[in-house]
Amino acid sequence: MAKPDHKQQQVYTGSAADVSEEILTPGKIAWRRLKKNKLAIIGFIILALLIFGAVFSPYLTPYEWNETNVLNTNAPPDSEHLLGTDSMGRDTLTRLLYGGRISLTVGLVATSLIIFIGTIAGGIAGYYGGKIDNIIMRIADVFMSMPFLPLAITMVAIFGASIYNIMMVIGILGWPSLARLVRGEILSLKEQEFMEAARALGIKDRNQIIRHLLPNTMAPIIVNGTLGIATAILLEAALSFLGMGVNPPTPTWGNMLNAAQHMYVLQHRWWLWIPPGLAIFVAVMSLNLVGDALRDALDPRLKE
Amino acid sequence: MGKFIARRLLLQFPILLLGVSILLFTIFQMAPGDPLAQFISQPGMTVEQVERIAESYGVHRHPVQQYFDWVGSIIQGDLGVSFEYRIPVSEAIGYRLFPTFLLSFSALILSLVVAIPAGIVSATKQYSKLDYSLTTFAFFGISIPNFFFALLLIFLIALRLGLLPISGMTTAGVEYTPFWQAIDILRHLILPMIVLGLSSTATFMRYTRSSMLEVIRQDYIRTARAKGLKERVVIYKHALRNAMIPIITLMGFQLPVLFSGAVITEQVFGWPGMGSLMIDAVYARDYNLLMGINMFLAFLIILGNLLADIAYAFVDPRIRYD
Repeated sequence: MAKPDHKQQQVYTGSAADVSEEILTPGKIAWRRLKKNKLAIIGFIILALLIFGAVFSPYLTPYEWNETNVLNTNAPPDSEHLLGTDSMGRDTLTRLLYGGRISLTVGLVATSLIIFIGTIAGGIAGYYGGKIDNIIMRIADVFMSMPFLPLAITMVAIFGASIYNIMMVIGILGWPSLARLVRGEILSLKEQEFMEAARALGIKDRNQIIRHLLPNTMAPIIVNGTLGIATAILLEAALSFLGMGVNPPTPTWGNMLNAAQHMYVLQHRWWLWIPPGLAIFVAVMSLNLVGDALRDALDPRLKE
Repeated sequence: MGKFIARRLLLQFPILLLGVSILLFTIFQMAPGDPLAQFISQPGMTVEQVERIAESYGVHRHPVQQYFDWVGSIIQGDLGVSFEYRIPVSEAIGYRLFPTFLLSFSALILSLVVAIPAGIVSATKQYSKLDYSLTTFAFFGISIPNFFFALLLIFLIALRLGLLPISGMTTAGVEYTPFWQAIDILRHLILPMIVLGLSSTATFMRYTRSSMLEVIRQDYIRTARAKGLKERVVIYKHALRNAMIPIITLMGFQLPVLFSGAVITEQVFGWPGMGSLMIDAVYARDYNLLMGINMFLAFLIILGNLLADIAYAFVDPRIRYD
């Protein structure tokens, strides 16, 4: 959420006068703006905690994620199992932490794939223009005319439900909006003087795109990527919740929620479905907070 | 303007449909497994019978030939036969159309009714406590997974408080008069409508707020205030009309989003619409039905975008199309 602009501006004019010797690079300006945004800091901290939990999940609890215990099934939370156990006596907290690994990885890899395809397609379309642009953007239009979730479900049904297929499907369906964004940026950058200089110097097409154009589109890509991870996490969770995503016994936040489709579990075993649901919510919310804050911080039009 | 609409309708519309059909067909061609397996495995099937079925479904023909057969029959309104239900796909979709439309449209209306006034208030009282609570709510709305929100509502309102039914569209096995029948459907509709409408509400609210904020900084608003118009007239007559222009485009995009999102909502609430039909089709590996539903949804999306474009051109006189 945007902090009041006028307040930020007041603070900046003050601090700019104090450190008038210091040269403010765009990166420094963005960092200063980001530090001022309390909600973004909260988002960062929550994300850091979730990532910490995911990375160190084996060391944080005394149980294995697939360790069953037939003598202690469906146990409510107690001092032994902080979030209780599931129908096979597995520790919910351990599975929650481990599930974070899978969910966050899927989000990260799928988004990288979107950025990879989207930047290449958008870069080529924007740089060359004309027929190539037309063809690439019409293909993007076709992809954007597809019903996202139903098609994702269909593709998973056809290619099989696995972590890799989920990442691939999200990547294949998600690239067009990023390609449009990159193309738009490049179209306007292309007309600027530094690109005229690059052309005059006879720099190769490939180098013009990779070294001179794409670095200038980084800001919107970073913002879009951050928000994209949130979308990817939601999509993976939705597919797994429907039983069409990552297969059990591998835990993800989505397929842990799948248990709550049974009314009995929903009504009497809150510890099985509320924690993973909250985990998704908190992860997505902090990514959205950080993404929004980055958008404000990286916006060059907001001059101080 | 006429030219613009004609170009959209006659050129862009068919090209997108063609592209979507090629993409869908290609995806389904990659499906592993023999479509005839279920017939071969039936007891008492002779080789000749299987051959005859293969012939009637056209499975041995070249994929390009198959594609044209498929498109040809789609144009005639024939989406093939559902393996699972043994009825034409168009019929299977037809049965489920009303519940999905009912759910999606009520969710859309709910979200507009809530989001637009909230967005206006948020913008006119920027940085007030109310603005902060509304933007927080919007953030909550775009971040919470809709199935988790659905489970929470079922748990709290249906199971704990027992206020509303848990699932379905009607109470099974009870005969009602038409009036009570409508009330019964309405009671079943409330929870799924809220769940499906939540993220749209949040999206509309954010757009209305930012669009309104941009408009009230314009010179013509200052002029309107300067000539002594009441604040109410300035906001609701001069500012709102202009701020609503982007919302119209957004509506064109949101309706298909609602249709797609309905898949999960319908599944959780056992709502008998296209979404739950689709989940059934996935479990039954009913590819004809899946293909039909995807094609139908893509058609709706392209149509929605087209209508939004045209509406946009009508509403915004600044846009000139050559």
